[in-house]
Amino acid sequence: MSELTLTVIKLGFLAVLWLLVLSVTSAMRADLFGVRPPKPPKQSRETVRQNKQSRGGKSLPSQAVVIEGPDTGRSVPLEGIPVTIGRGDTCTLPLADEYISTQHARLRFHEGQWYVEDLGSTNGTYIGNDRLTRSTPVNVKSRFRLGKTVVELRK
Amino acid sequence: MSFDQHRAPTAPADESVVPRRGRGTELILLIFAAGISTFAYVNVDLGVRGDVPPNALAYLSGFFLVAGIAHVVIRMRAPYADPTILPIVVTLCGLGLAMIHRLDLTDDTTLAATQLTWMLVGVALFIGVLIAISDHRVLARYPYLAGLSGLVLLILPLLPFIGHDIRGAQIWIQIAGMSFQPNEAAKIVLIIAFAAYLVKTRDALALAGRRFLGVDLPRARDLGPILLVWLGGLGILTLQNDLGPSILLFGIFVLLIYIATERISWVILGLLLIGVGAFTAYHVVAHVQNRFDLWLNPLDDPSNQIAQSLFGLAHGGAVGTGLGQGYPDMIPIAESDFIGAALGEELGLAGLTAIILLYALLVSRGLKAALVIREPFGKLLAAGLASGLMLQVFIVLGGVTRLIPMSGMTTPFLALGGSSLVMNWALVALLIRLSDAARRPAPTATPSFSDDAVTQVVRVR
Repeated sequence: MSELTLTVIKLGFLAVLWLLVLSVTSAMRADLFGVRPPKPPKQSRETVRQNKQSRGGKSLPSQAVVIEGPDTGRSVPLEGIPVTIGRGDTCTLPLADEYISTQHARLRFHEGQWYVEDLGSTNGTYIGNDRLTRSTPVNVKSRFRLGKTVVELRK
Repeated sequence: MSFDQHRAPTAPADESVVPRRGRGTELILLIFAAGISTFAYVNVDLGVRGDVPPNALAYLSGFFLVAGIAHVVIRMRAPYADPTILPIVVTLCGLGLAMIHRLDLTDDTTLAATQLTWMLVGVALFIGVLIAISDHRVLARYPYLAGLSGLVLLILPLLPFIGHDIRGAQIWIQIAGMSFQPNEAAKIVLIIAFAAYLVKTRDALALAGRRFLGVDLPRARDLGPILLVWLGGLGILTLQNDLGPSILLFGIFVLLIYIATERISWVILGLLLIGVGAFTAYHVVAHVQNRFDLWLNPLDDPSNQIAQSLFGLAHGGAVGTGLGQGYPDMIPIAESDFIGAALGEELGLAGLTAIILLYALLVSRGLKAALVIREPFGKLLAAGLASGLMLQVFIVLGGVTRLIPMSGMTTPFLALGGSSLVMNWALVALLIRLSDAARRPAPTATPSFSDDAVTQVVRVR
C-alpha cells in the first residue's frame, strides 16, 4: 500500500467523520422549526358544538363538577389556586371512589389556561382513552376520568 | 395510506396527526454510522498490515444488524425519540472498537472480540430497558431505595472476598471469575435517586434562606444532603483510591441541585467544597498527591503514561498519522484510560475534535429533552444523565490532554471495559425514553368515553 493511498484514505476518513457530525447537526435543525402541529381528529357533532361554545365565549371554567362515579354532583370552584383531587382528606376535592389514589390529579391555572396533571397515581388520569403523561390544557366542557369518576369543567 | 383515505374519508386520522418523528432520519444516520465504523476497521488493517481484512463485510453486516435491531425496538417502543442519539452512540462504539482492534494487532491480544461481545450485551440491555420501562416516572417512586442501592453498589468493591483491586484502585468486584466495576451502575442509580429526591425538596432548597452580597444563601439545615454527598465522595476517594468517581458523584449532584433550584449559591458552595476536599485529600491521601505530581511533572513518571500520551498527540498533529500508522501502543494501557490519546494521535486534532463534538451533540440532545419535557422528574433525570456524561468525558479527556490531573475513569463508549460500555448503553436507553416522552404530542382532548353512550351514525358501505 503506497504512502499516497494511505494519506488519501486518512483524509477521506476524517472527511467522512466530519460529514457525519454535520449531518447530525443538520438533523437537529428540524428542531429549530418545530414540528407540524397535530391535525385535530375528526370530531363528533357534539364536541364541535362544545368547542364552538368554549371558543366563542373565550370564558374560563369556574367550577369542576363530578358527573359520574360515587360522588356525582359534587363540585369545586376554580378560582386560580391549584385544585387537588384524590381520596385523601387534604385534597381540595376529596372523593370516595375506591379506584383513585390519595393524591390523584391536580388542576392548575397557568397563564390564562387551566391544566390537568396526574400526580403519579396508581390507576392514572385519562382524557378520552389517553392516559395523561404531562400537564394537559382543559377548557369549559372538557372531561377527564380518574378511577370510576368523571369530572367536567363548567362555566 | 392515501389510497385508503380517498376511499374511506371517515377513517381515524391516526396517520396524519403525528409530528415529525425522525425515524427515517435515524435510519439514514445509522447506516452512515455503521459505514464509518467499518471504514475505521478496514482503515486500521490497511494501515497496519496493508490489506483489507477478510471479515470486513461480515463486520459491516454485523453492525447493520445490531443497529437495525436497536432501531426497530425504538420504532416500536419509543417512536418519538430523538433521531440523533443512537447514531452518535453507534459511531463512538465503532471508533472505540476500531482503535482497540488496532492496538490488538500491535500488542498481539484479542481485546476487540471481548469488547464486541460486551457491546452486544450493552445493546441487549438497551433493548431490555426500553421494553421494561415504558414510562420513566416509575423510576421516581423509590428515591431513598435507589439512593441506598447506589450507595451499596459503591461500597461493594470494599467488601472482603468479592472486592478486588487493579492498579491500586479498589473499584472492582469479582464474582465467578468475572470482574465488574459497580460504580458505573451506581452512577445511573444515583442520578435517578438525586433527581427523585430533588423533585421533592427543591422548593425548600430554592426558596428558604437569606440574601448576602447579592447571592441567595441556603439555610444551614438544608445543607445536610450536599454535605452528605460530599462526605460520600471523599469516602470513596480515601477508601477506594480513585479520584474520578468521587468528582463525578459530587459534580453531578451540584449540577442537579443548581438545575433544580436555579440558584448560583449552590454552585459556589459546591466549588468551595470541592476546593476544601481537594486540599484535604492532597495532604492526606498519598494517591491524590501522586496524581497531582504526575500532572505537574509528567516526565517524572516511571511508566511515562501522560508523557507518552502528550508525545502521541504531538506526533499526530492536525490531521493525525492515519489509523494504524502511529505508535499509540507506546502509551501504557492505551486501550482503556488513554484511548482518547490513541485516537488523537492517529486521527489528529481534526479527528479528536470531531469525537468531542459527537459527545457534545449527544449531551446537547439530553439537555434538549430536559428542556422540552414538561414534568419535573423527567427534566432533572434527563439533565442529570446528560451532565453525568459530560462530566465524565471532561474528566477523562481533560486528564489525557493534561488539562486536569488524570483520574481513573473510562471514556464512555470508546474505552475497553465491559461494565462501562454496558451501563452507558443503559444510560442511552433512558435518554431515548426521556426524549420520546419530551417529543410525544399531548393527548387530544376528545372525550371518547362519552361517545360510548351516544348512538352514532355509521356509514357501512
